[in-house]
Amino acid sequence: MRLTCPICGERDRREFYYKGDAIELDRPNQDAGLAAWDDYLHNRDNSAGEIRDLWHHAAGCGAWLIVTRNTLTHAVSRCELVEKDTR
Amino acid sequence: MRVSGKGQNQNAAPVSFTFDGQSYVGRQGDTLAAALLANDVRLVGRSFKYHRPRGILTAGSEEPNALVTMGDGASQDPNIRATTLELYDGLAARSQNAWPSLKFDVMAINDMMSPFLSAGFYYKTFMWPKSFWEAVYEPIIRRAAGLGALSGKANEDIYEKAFAHCDVLVIGAGPAGIMAALTAAKAGADVILADEDSVMGGRLNAETYNVGGHVGADWAAAQIEQLKALKNVRLMPRTTVTGAYDDGTFGALERVAGSGDAPLECFWRIVAKRSILCAGALERPIAFPNNDRPGIMMASAVRAYLNRWGVAPGATVTVFANNDDAHQTAVDLIDAGVNVAAVVDSREAAKPRGEYRLINGGLVTGTKGRHGLNQITVTHAGGIEEIETDCLAMSGGWNPTVHLTCHMNGRPTWNDDLQSFVPTDGTIPGMSVAGAAAGHMSNAACLKSGAQTACVVATDLGFSPNADVPSAEDTPYQIEPLWQVDGKGRKWLDFQNDVHVKDIKLAAQENFRSVEHMKRYTTQGMATDQGKSSNVSALAVLADATGRGIPETGTTTFRPPYVPVSIGAMGAGSQGNGFAPQRLTTSHHASVDRGAPMIEAGLWYRPSYFPKQGETTWLQSCNREVDYVRNTVGICDVSTLGKIDIQGPDAAAFLDFVYCNTFSSLKENRVRYGLMLREDGHVMDDGTTARLGPNHFVMTTTTAAAGQVMTHLEWVSQALRPDLNVRFASVTEQWAQFAVAGPKSRELLNSMLDDPIDEESWPFMACGEISISGVSGRLFRISFSGEHAYEVALPARFGASLFRQLVAQAEALGGGAYGMEALNVLRIEKGFITHAEIHGRVTAFDIGFDRMVSQKKDCIGNAASRRPGLLDIQREQMIGLKPVDPNESLTAGAHLFVEGADAVAANDQGYVTSVCHSPTLGHALGLGFLKDGPNRMGEHVMLVDHVRDVRTLCEVCHPVFFDPDGGRARG
Repeated sequence: MRLTCPICGERDRREFYYKGDAIELDRPNQDAGLAAWDDYLHNRDNSAGEIRDLWHHAAGCGAWLIVTRNTLTHAVSRCELVEKDTR
Repeated sequence: MRVSGKGQNQNAAPVSFTFDGQSYVGRQGDTLAAALLANDVRLVGRSFKYHRPRGILTAGSEEPNALVTMGDGASQDPNIRATTLELYDGLAARSQNAWPSLKFDVMAINDMMSPFLSAGFYYKTFMWPKSFWEAVYEPIIRRAAGLGALSGKANEDIYEKAFAHCDVLVIGAGPAGIMAALTAAKAGADVILADEDSVMGGRLNAETYNVGGHVGADWAAAQIEQLKALKNVRLMPRTTVTGAYDDGTFGALERVAGSGDAPLECFWRIVAKRSILCAGALERPIAFPNNDRPGIMMASAVRAYLNRWGVAPGATVTVFANNDDAHQTAVDLIDAGVNVAAVVDSREAAKPRGEYRLINGGLVTGTKGRHGLNQITVTHAGGIEEIETDCLAMSGGWNPTVHLTCHMNGRPTWNDDLQSFVPTDGTIPGMSVAGAAAGHMSNAACLKSGAQTACVVATDLGFSPNADVPSAEDTPYQIEPLWQVDGKGRKWLDFQNDVHVKDIKLAAQENFRSVEHMKRYTTQGMATDQGKSSNVSALAVLADATGRGIPETGTTTFRPPYVPVSIGAMGAGSQGNGFAPQRLTTSHHASVDRGAPMIEAGLWYRPSYFPKQGETTWLQSCNREVDYVRNTVGICDVSTLGKIDIQGPDAAAFLDFVYCNTFSSLKENRVRYGLMLREDGHVMDDGTTARLGPNHFVMTTTTAAAGQVMTHLEWVSQALRPDLNVRFASVTEQWAQFAVAGPKSRELLNSMLDDPIDEESWPFMACGEISISGVSGRLFRISFSGEHAYEVALPARFGASLFRQLVAQAEALGGGAYGMEALNVLRIEKGFITHAEIHGRVTAFDIGFDRMVSQKKDCIGNAASRRPGLLDIQREQMIGLKPVDPNESLTAGAHLFVEGADAVAANDQGYVTSVCHSPTLGHALGLGFLKDGPNRMGEHVMLVDHVRDVRTLCEVCHPVFFDPDGGRARG
């Protein structure tokens, strides 16, 4: 498997560390209530098809990435930085 | 025997070798199989189950029979294919699965008992009693059946791994592969041409066909020279592409011609924009009665031994086939002066290609010869005939080598003309298939297909290729299906696993009709050759037995690797220190010099204790070192703790978000303890963070969690709080940091600091810059021992000298260095936690720190930590333990029960995480977790350790055993 880090270019998957579903980017408000937090922490879809995952370029630049990948074909269609250029 | 004037290595130097201790001479360029056949050695192994005598079947990596063991002791390497093993001077190979000798193998009795040992016999036979499964049956079966054995010792051979990248990977260097590589390379593409043979050329080296007016092998050699001269081409001979993976990644095993420091094998990961599979085809046997005797070989292998190595595998050869191609075997043999008894062709209308006896519509229905073939029975229209022959060259047709195209769930397609499976388009993204692998069965078609495929691929990549295809033989391939021949005797399909036609029929009869079920029931297609020559025939037999067609029956799943890959090669670089590199502190050598046993802390090594003369147990040393810190001064290297430098205008706000307590209120030149939660509300890590300036902090983490915390901070900063302007870097390696702990710590420091400190300038939890002998550093007044203590840090290059000086000064004051044992005792006496307590399942509430979780701000873990279940009083919460009888001991990992209750899981009240003997208090101490613990102070609980058989009545107490108001640390 190859991932194209927007900073470093195309690299072997061994350089990356997998975290999980990109739902973790949508952190609820502190007061969102138990159900929202339960969803955020524990509930994940198991989709056949396109999914968005979080990967860390741990043995590279340290960037956290959102990787859009098809679980049926393994095709990676997008690989973007989680960090929008807000500064 | 050798045939004079034949073979590409006919003038090569002689090479001596041994097989089963017997000396032989072969030629440079031989494989072990070629050299054995040249020496008329036909019996080379015993079969897996029935221990039947077996010989060499093929001339390639698909070989099921001729497996040998190489090397001795730790270097013993079993199941090496004699057909791919290159001969070298002094090579020593041994046969396998035979005892006491290859010729007289006592386990051959299995063959007599074969009527009772049919497929699945052990499922039916070895059933009762259950206790015999592992204790009796399995050892017996394992002893009786098997291939080569491992030594049981750690392998000391050198392996390597490497990465390679290219535009076009060409797999296989036969006619199609050579044309593909040439065409793509001349167009300008970066090309890797990988081939599993030592000499590139594929079947051109084994056949007598001409290409472009030259002998095929010469043409191939000339093209390889041409490729070698191109800078954009990498030739990888002896390299088998073993697997196709996502995104153009391929695994490949290179057999390095290793000696001395060279590795045995190198495992490659090749990344290619496009790939062209030119893996050729594998000839398949015919299942006729007793078709497994040494001397019965593939027709293509007979041609390979004759044409490439100048070896005739028999004095009188017979050919048995269902296709035209095999007739070339007779032609080549006759040209070389070898006697051909007959060509037996199952087809009525077969035409001869030369001057030999052709038996049309004939079938081989029996064979004779215990350790090697000497006679066959042929049944034809004219009746039954015995033919004296010592070699039978058989061919049931060719199977395109589709394996790699199936590695990503692809299935091959049945082709009726070829009576074979061919690759299905598009099963591997970026892969094209050319040559015989794609079903092109003539030389000319292979050359053309290689060139044309490369043109398409190179054009896709933006190059402008030209194809220049030489002329070559273009005989059409004609075949009529022939899978099995009736007659008395077993008709072998899978030679390696001793599966014959009746086994497949039995599987079908017992309703293992799916090809995958049949495989598991009969073991067809397993082990080192993975049924390369037998699978298609076996499923044809299954199709017949189940009344279905071959396409509906389908194939089993081809998975990587294509050939066996040593675990040593795949794991190259990951043995020993390569698996777990050693991280050494700057005080490491000084500690070892002092006799300190070093213990692992993650990848770090830390001193356990520093023994003094006269001390005979670790406890004596530990007690003395605790005494240093409690009464004078001790020195301990704490550089292994993670140190993260955090800077930026929003650094304080960032810390407020990652720690559950507040850091924005921390004054400059002060240190604060911080507790970090996971988002699920459980404790992740703890440590102190110092504020060195308005926008500058240094965070410390525990040794074990340093990497995890760094990754976490990256995550929070990039994903959750990109609005905060903050940057951080790990500085763990950059600073050497030492604890200076004990009542005389300030006295010691003042003997070394350029500017002395006092209580007013450096109170408890103060920090700042200092200098020692002109070297700038940092000093933190923090304590993990409960004593008046500091941690002093200098750039790592000064660490070794700083440690020596600190210890010398400490010793002058009556103290000295202390290790992990003493550090652990000191912190347990004070109830300070480590990852023994914050083990991943505990919350701030559980360790009594819930009030640290500030409710005035959001932070990681805040919301989830307030979940009702996590604040339940019945949760196991941290407590201290001491034995009611001070002479009794405690054990970590023990569980806690109400006194008098049965020590069973249902009555479990909690557990013990850390224990020590406290020299300060004179008895054992423990930290642990107990249901509703904080409200049970003074209660007695029973500590039960079922593993070490310990039962100790304990008193529940506050976890801070020593100096509960903390006056000593404040000074």
